[in-house]
Amino acid sequence: MFAIARRLREAGVLGLNKRNTNFIMRLNPRRLYPRVDDKILTKELALAAGMAVPELYGIISNQRQVREFAGIVGDRESFVIKPAQGSGGDGILIVIGRSQRRRDTYRLSNGVRITEAEIAHHISNIVSGQYSLSGNPDKALIEYCVQFDPVFADLSYQGVPDIRVIVYRGYPTMAMVRLPTQASGGKANLHQGAVGAGVDMSTGETLTGVLENEIVDEHPDTGTLIAGLRIPQWDFILQLAARGYDVTDLGYLGVDIVVDRDLGPLILEMNVRPGLSIQIANCIGLTSRLARIDELYDKTATPAERARIARLEFPAERQASMPFGQ
Amino acid sequence: MKQQYVYGLAALLTIVGLSVFAYKWQVLGFPISKDQETRVWTIESSISFDSGPGSIKVNLHIPTLTPGFRMLNENSVSRGYGFSLNYGTGGREAQWAIRRADGRQTIYYRVSVFEDAKHDQSDTTPPFPPPPAINEPFRTAVDVIVADVNDHSADTASFTSELLRRMNDQSPDPNIELLLSDADTPTEFVETITMILASARIPARMVRGFRLQGRQRNAEQLVWLEVHDGDRWRYFNPLTGEEGLPDRYLIWWRGNEPLIRVEGGSNVQVGFAVQENNLDTIAIAESRAAKKGTSLIDFSLYSLPIQTQAVYSVLLMIPIGAMVMVVLRNIVGIDAFGTFMPVLIALAFRETKLFWGVMLFTLLVALGLSIRFLLDRLRLLLVPRLSAVLIVVVLLMLIISMISHKLGLETGLSVALFPMVIIAMTIERMSVVWEERGPADAMRAAMGSLAIAIVAYIFMGIAWLEHLIFTFPELLLVALAMVVLVGRYTGYRLLELSRFRALAGS
Repeated sequence: MFAIARRLREAGVLGLNKRNTNFIMRLNPRRLYPRVDDKILTKELALAAGMAVPELYGIISNQRQVREFAGIVGDRESFVIKPAQGSGGDGILIVIGRSQRRRDTYRLSNGVRITEAEIAHHISNIVSGQYSLSGNPDKALIEYCVQFDPVFADLSYQGVPDIRVIVYRGYPTMAMVRLPTQASGGKANLHQGAVGAGVDMSTGETLTGVLENEIVDEHPDTGTLIAGLRIPQWDFILQLAARGYDVTDLGYLGVDIVVDRDLGPLILEMNVRPGLSIQIANCIGLTSRLARIDELYDKTATPAERARIARLEFPAERQASMPFGQ
Repeated sequence: MKQQYVYGLAALLTIVGLSVFAYKWQVLGFPISKDQETRVWTIESSISFDSGPGSIKVNLHIPTLTPGFRMLNENSVSRGYGFSLNYGTGGREAQWAIRRADGRQTIYYRVSVFEDAKHDQSDTTPPFPPPPAINEPFRTAVDVIVADVNDHSADTASFTSELLRRMNDQSPDPNIELLLSDADTPTEFVETITMILASARIPARMVRGFRLQGRQRNAEQLVWLEVHDGDRWRYFNPLTGEEGLPDRYLIWWRGNEPLIRVEGGSNVQVGFAVQENNLDTIAIAESRAAKKGTSLIDFSLYSLPIQTQAVYSVLLMIPIGAMVMVVLRNIVGIDAFGTFMPVLIALAFRETKLFWGVMLFTLLVALGLSIRFLLDRLRLLLVPRLSAVLIVVVLLMLIISMISHKLGLETGLSVALFPMVIIAMTIERMSVVWEERGPADAMRAAMGSLAIAIVAYIFMGIAWLEHLIFTFPELLLVALAMVVLVGRYTGYRLLELSRFRALAGS
């Protein structure tokens, strides 16, 4: 047991306790949490800084407004409903189509048909705070449903894959692509069963994947090899992630980015408590990279410079990315 | 910097907690294990006499310095008499006085003592006694004996032993025979010895007391000899010359004075009765602390009303449960619903006992969860739905109790002690996790909660721990220190070792 702990320490693996005390508590002051915990505020901040985000169709902030849902959606075929203060992807409804004849019947990303009344009930639950972090009344966002870039078509099952970048003191540090699976219900959250794939910071090329803390080579539903996919506009994605720090001032941040077919990389949301499985996906601990950034830290560096440092400093070690243990 | 504050605070809390604990344990004698009892003897002296026509004054010698024993309490029962305690030449004296009394009078003095081997009360060093005035032919006999024993001894102790040996000889020296010709009682015998010792300028005095053993209607006085060797008082058996006090010998008074003086009364009779009881050690420690005037005792939980004590004996175990939970969540890394839910469930287990507790909890959550899923179809708003779940939980508890009562299973009744609001919240939270993350995650967190509850229950049920915390609540400061330390624990959680094992391979 102690031997494993020692080997993990040597490999620089960051544990939950250390993440919480040494990074989150030290670098993320409580008062800044609303900037990322409230997705409406995040969107406003990002828009003000000129960063691309999915278009907001409307906000439902009380039970009375739940009826206005149909009006907000209008004639759109697809959209996403999410709680403004949700956590871990809970309470997100992805509508990808609706019946041509009966406009009040919708189709979800997982293929389930749902009526307008059921959607209204879901929104009502969101507004009463069922999914909110604090349990307080919340607001529901209705926004643009990302049409993911076809490059990911073979690597996701009924959902939108997204790119999670850990940004430490403004520097992109580690990244992974989160691929929805049947088990995750089309959601891109690792603890719901999505596959995480490490990304080579210098090239934007995917490495091996991780599923439920185990290393996997292929996507469990499509059977496609995970490694070797080149993410488009990688440099722009890293810069976008680095700018996430400038709008939030949070020193330890997870930035979630999606690549839209037409609009390119968009910031989906940000997270003050990004998970640690990213280390398994990349087969490397975070500690050494965090220490390297502390050495290189330059207060005046622009997001572009910080993205360049990340590409320069953190290339994937080819050997370490080889799957083992099977 | 911050880290040092945390260590400092933890060290401070530990030191304060442990030193108060050590003081109460070592100095005040609070017991660290449960149900410790101490033997307590109550010696009652009853004084009866016929009252004379005038005023009456009674003086009774009572225990002053009692090596090997500590006094718990003393009291006097005497109707209409004025009572006072005075210091006389032979130690403390109790005095009763009354202007007028009719007929035969009886006065009681009662003292309770308990053994404490560490208690060695010694008297101050006395002055050298003046050589007693003795008439011839005794004068010459004493001088001869003193000179002869002096030749056969080295110091006070050996002088005393040698003298006692000679005094107790079967065929004594003619000089000794002469001195002992008038000594018929042990008292007179020891009086003669102290007289000889005084002639040798050795401070000595007679000691009278009782051997405490079981219940005695009429305890017999035992006479002993006390000799000062210039450094401390030493005790000798006057009949054998052996040094030391008999077992459980309570010294009642010292010196040659009679036990009692009654002015204005006649036909005096004094009787001593001994009773042995077992008393809770805590009660003794408390009375001792009260005598010392220690303010610590004011904070003792034993001074609270019994019912409140019962509540606190349970409440004080909650920090222990919280500590267990902190360790299991932050060091082991088990997932659970709600921060304190497992501890509250563990509290409920105290009444139901483990097996039935787990059964009832599982049954309640399973039933509640299925009804929660039915309620989901009604599309209720959040707060009314939570309230509906709560009402359903209460109804389920009622039904479980009724059915188990009908079946003759009394354990089912204790389901009423489950924290229903917490269970309702757990059911709600579990159903959300069930829907959002799947049954596997929901079951895992539920199992985690149950596992923590079981471990917390086991720790909270350790009887000696409960006694320890209740008697020494200051130990909670140590628990606080531990929790603070875990709060800064940055190492891996145990389950992370398995989670990240893929990274430990190379």
